[in-house]
Amino acid sequence: MRWLALAHIELFRGTPLLVQIYLIYYGLGQIAALRESFLWPVLREPWWCAIAALALNTSAYTAEIIRGTGQAVPPEEVEAARACGMSGLVLRRRIIWPIAIRHGLPIYGSEVILMVKATALASIITLTEVTGIAHKLIASTYRVIEIFVVSGAIYLALTFLLGLAVSTLERRLNTHHAPRRP
Amino acid sequence: MTYIPEKIMPPALSGVATPNLTAIATSGLCKNHGTLTVLNDIDFCAAEGEVVSILGASGSGKSTLLGCLNLLEMPSAGRLHILREEVALRAANGTLRITNQAQVDRLRTQASMVFQNFCLWSHMTVLENLMEAPLHVQRRNRAEVRDEAEAVLNRVGLSDRASFYPSQLSGGQQQRAAIARALVMKPRILLFDEPTSALDPELVGEVLSVMRALAAEGRTMLIVPHEMAFARDVSNRILFLDRGVVAAQGSPKELFSGGASERFDQFISRFTQG
Repeated sequence: MRWLALAHIELFRGTPLLVQIYLIYYGLGQIAALRESFLWPVLREPWWCAIAALALNTSAYTAEIIRGTGQAVPPEEVEAARACGMSGLVLRRRIIWPIAIRHGLPIYGSEVILMVKATALASIITLTEVTGIAHKLIASTYRVIEIFVVSGAIYLALTFLLGLAVSTLERRLNTHHAPRRP
Repeated sequence: MTYIPEKIMPPALSGVATPNLTAIATSGLCKNHGTLTVLNDIDFCAAEGEVVSILGASGSGKSTLLGCLNLLEMPSAGRLHILREEVALRAANGTLRITNQAQVDRLRTQASMVFQNFCLWSHMTVLENLMEAPLHVQRRNRAEVRDEAEAVLNRVGLSDRASFYPSQLSGGQQQRAAIARALVMKPRILLFDEPTSALDPELVGEVLSVMRALAAEGRTMLIVPHEMAFARDVSNRILFLDRGVVAAQGSPKELFSGGASERFDQFISRFTQG
């Protein structure tokens, strides 16, 4: 189990997302057994292939974030919780996870933003997302600059809203770091 | 005071039997770190209402002994009774392991620990810190716990700090809040692990005076103190550890007057010489 997780993290962090998308969309179709299996109706759709590639990719990064935040929980606060009779799920739910989430949220926020921008790559497997549509519009109108500026603005708006949501949540969770108002 | 019947005292503890109910007792307690022996065959017992100070040079095993008493440190061998109940432990690979986590969790709320570094939960206010274990471990009624927490905060002089976060308090205030957190669980035994050693000198007094008041109430307290004068004035009994064994024990009067134990006299002389 441990080796499987490590292999997953190394493989998906160590190769370009573009290659992963290609391999999942074009590569899986080469396996005859898969083409005849019940999974094929799903896996031949570019939409599901893009989802799978993005999910596998982000899960590798998120796993590392979770590992890091677990290590950032101060051991003495956990010990104090044990000394108060906490163990198992109560200890995790009440002490470890709330502290870990506070540590991990800023890093996870930037991972989410990276993921939103990575969806642009899905256009190469014929998916009509923002960048895909931009390409089509350019092909029919030849207005390169205007269309790319607008599609850039769409990504900017999306990531701005996400960033705002994350920082609002962070502020709410981290009231204990804020200076106290008199 | 209630007379203790023979049967509630573990046989191995007869050497240090007291006429009162046993609050906490160890027999043959050992702790090894690899080949290093930290505690060697400790037979120790504290009666209810007793204030015991555990003294010793650094590295003598005094904090380890305190840690073993609520199993934050796992002993390598030996038996442990808390409130006349034997803690279920099994031996595995040279160390003891907890067999009944629920029992240990319950006993830990009854033998409550105050740490050197306060160890308040940084993401909770002082009041939330106090209410956490009573609500989520002891599952007591919220309104009752809130009243109790406010009363305890008042006792340690922190009523006006209930909504503050630990990082907004001074060290002395944090330690008083940590003592309050231990008290809200209504423990029968209080364990203090060098509660003033991380404090600035001018903040030590406020913590010691809270502890002094608790001792005066007749609470069972086991203290690894940082101040010799406090150990001498407040405790009923001193346990002096030297290289993992009990080198001397007795009332502060017996020990501090000198001549009872050569090792203890040497240890104390280093403090009096400054």
